[in-house]
Amino acid sequence: MERAVSPAQLLALGRHQTNRRRSAEAAGFVAVAAVLLVVLPLLNVVGRPIPGEAVDAAWYWLSDVQLNLLGRYLSYALLALGIDLIWGYTGILSLCQALFFCLGGYCMGMYLSLQTGAEGVYESTLPDFMVWNRVTELPLFWQPFHSFWFTMVAVVTVPALFALVFGFLTFRSRVRGVYFAVLTQALAYSMWLLFNRNSMNLGGTNGLTNFKKIVPTFFGSATTFRLAEPAVQRGLFIITSVCLLGAFLLCRWLTGSRLGRVLTAIRDNENRVRFSGYNPADFKVFVFVVAAALAGVAGALYVPQTGIITPGKMSVAASIDMVIWVAVGGRGTLIGAALGALIVNAMYSYFTTHFAAYWPYALGLLFVAVVMLIPAGLVGLPAQIRGSLARRQRRNDEP
Amino acid sequence: MAEDIIRTENLSVTFDGFRALNKLNFSMKHGELRVVIGPNGAGKTTLLDAICGKVTPSEGRVLFNGKDLRGLREYEIVHSGVGRKFQTPSIYRDHTVFENLELSYKAKKTVLSTLFARRTRTVREQIRRILELVGLQDKIDQRAGALSHGEKQWLEIGMVIVQDPDLLLIDEPVAGMTDDESAKTGELLTSIAQDQAILVIEHDMTFVRQIAQTVTVLHEGALLFEGPVDQVQRHPRVVEIYLGREKGDRAHA
Repeated sequence: MERAVSPAQLLALGRHQTNRRRSAEAAGFVAVAAVLLVVLPLLNVVGRPIPGEAVDAAWYWLSDVQLNLLGRYLSYALLALGIDLIWGYTGILSLCQALFFCLGGYCMGMYLSLQTGAEGVYESTLPDFMVWNRVTELPLFWQPFHSFWFTMVAVVTVPALFALVFGFLTFRSRVRGVYFAVLTQALAYSMWLLFNRNSMNLGGTNGLTNFKKIVPTFFGSATTFRLAEPAVQRGLFIITSVCLLGAFLLCRWLTGSRLGRVLTAIRDNENRVRFSGYNPADFKVFVFVVAAALAGVAGALYVPQTGIITPGKMSVAASIDMVIWVAVGGRGTLIGAALGALIVNAMYSYFTTHFAAYWPYALGLLFVAVVMLIPAGLVGLPAQIRGSLARRQRRNDEP
Repeated sequence: MAEDIIRTENLSVTFDGFRALNKLNFSMKHGELRVVIGPNGAGKTTLLDAICGKVTPSEGRVLFNGKDLRGLREYEIVHSGVGRKFQTPSIYRDHTVFENLELSYKAKKTVLSTLFARRTRTVREQIRRILELVGLQDKIDQRAGALSHGEKQWLEIGMVIVQDPDLLLIDEPVAGMTDDESAKTGELLTSIAQDQAILVIEHDMTFVRQIAQTVTVLHEGALLFEGPVDQVQRHPRVVEIYLGREKGDRAHA
C-alpha cells in the first residue's frame, strides 16, 4: 500500500524517531554508568570476608581479583573505541594500536617505577632493572616521570604525537588500505624490537614491574595510594570506568558530528570526499591521533591494575587481537567495539583457566565465524536476523 | 582572453608513454554550456581529470579564471570553484540524500570546522531547493545507496551544484538513463547553465543536440573540431571517425 507522505512529514517522523532513540540511548548510558560506578564497586565492598574474625565472603561478593580483571577489560574497551573510530568508521586498518597502548602504559610504568624508589628489591632509588644492568644514574628521559602530572599529560601526548608524525607522513603520501596496515605492522614490530633491548633503559624483555604506590599531588600536598590495597584497586576501577564513559561520550560526539559523516564518507568513497572539497589526509591524521590518545589512556589505566608492562604487549599479534575484539562486537558501532573487547577478553580468561591450549583455536574460529556469518558483529546480529526473517516472509508472500 | 573561465595551454597528459592528451588548447567562456564528444580514448575524461587535479599534466598548464591550477591539490581546486561529477555515480552510499548534499555544501571544510558545524536553516533550505531542482525532494531521508541508477546520477549532479562552483565538469550524465530521464537531465543542465559554466562529456547524440550550444570534438588527445552542433554533424572528418563509428556500433548492436 502506497501512501503519499510529504517531505515535511518525513522529516518530522525522522526527528521523532531520533528523539526517541536518543532518550533510549541516554537511559542506557545512565544505567551502564550506574552499574560501573556504583553497583560493581559496592558489590566489592559489601559481603567482603574478614579473615581474622572468620567471616566468609557473601555469595554475591565480587572478589578483588574479579573486579581487578574487569577493570583491565574496561581499559581494553576504551582502547577498542579508538580502533572503532579509525577502522570501523573511517575504514583504516591500523595494526599498531597495541603500540600506542604500550606507549601510554610505559609512561605510567616509568612513573610507578620511580615511585617504588627505595622500596625496591635493591633498596636503590633506581628501578631494579637498572641496578642489575649496572646503570648508575637515572637516564635523562626518565627524569620528568617523577612528576605525577607530567605523567598524566604524557600518557596522552606521547602516543598522540607519535601518531601525528607517523600519520602525517603516511596519509599525506596517500598510503592506503593494505599498504597502511603493513606499514603499521612494521612500525609495531620495529618498536617491539627496540623495547626489548636493555640499552633502551626500559627494562628490556622483562619490562617494568614491581609497582608499589601512586602519589598524586593535589594543590601542593601529596597523597599516597598503595596499589596493594583493595580500596585503591577499587578506586582505579572507578577511574577506568569514568574514563571509558567519558571516551564513549567523546566518540559519540565525534561520530555524531559532521566530522563523523566525513569519516564514514572517507570509508565509503575517499575520491568523492576529495572532490567534495575535503582533504582526507587531515581527517585521517586527526582520527589516528584520537585513536592513539585513547589507546594511551587505556594503557596507563591498565598498568597499575596489572602491575607489569612488557614489550610483549605491543607485539603485532596483540594489535591483531584488538582488531578482532572490534570485529566480534561489531565495527562501526561504539557499543559493539566496547562489548567486543569485554566479551572476547572474558572468553580469553575462561579458556586460559580451563583449557589453555585451545584458546588460539577458539579465537581463530570465533573470528572466522564472525567474518563469514555475522559481518556486522554481535551488535548487528538482531538486525541481521530481522532482515533475513523479513526476506523469508517476502519470499513466502510471493506466489 | 580575460573572460575565459577555463583555458588549457599545450596540455599533455601521458600514461606510461601513451599520450591521452596531446598539446591540447581548449577554452570556455563564463556561463557557457559546452559538450565534448569523441571516440573512446580521445582524452575526454582525461581533460576533466587534468582540470580538477586528478591527473598531473606532463606538459602545459590549466588556467582557471586566469589562475594557474598547477600544483594545487584536488580539494584546493574544488574550493577555487570547480565541481566534478564522475562517469559512474560517485556518492556516499551509507549516508542519506540530505547528508550527501550537506557534505558537499559549500562551506569551510577543515577538521575543526566540520567538528563544530551546525545544521542551519539556510543550509537546510538551500539543500531542499537543490533537491527540488534535481527532483529528489521525496527521497531526502533515504539512504543514497538505495537510490536507482538515474537517481544516483541526479544526486551527484545535485552534490556538484550545491558546492556552488563556477565551472561544473560533468562526465556522461545520462549514461544508463531512460529517454525521459535523459530529457529531464538536459533541462536541468540548461537551466543551471545560465549562472554557471558547464563542461559536459556525452556520447548520446540526442542528448547532445538537446543541450549543446557549442560542441568540441576530441580525437587522439587533440582538438579535431569545434563549432555549433549542426556543423559538427556535417563535418566529414567527425562523421568519419566518430559519428560514423557510432552508427556502425548501433548497427552492430
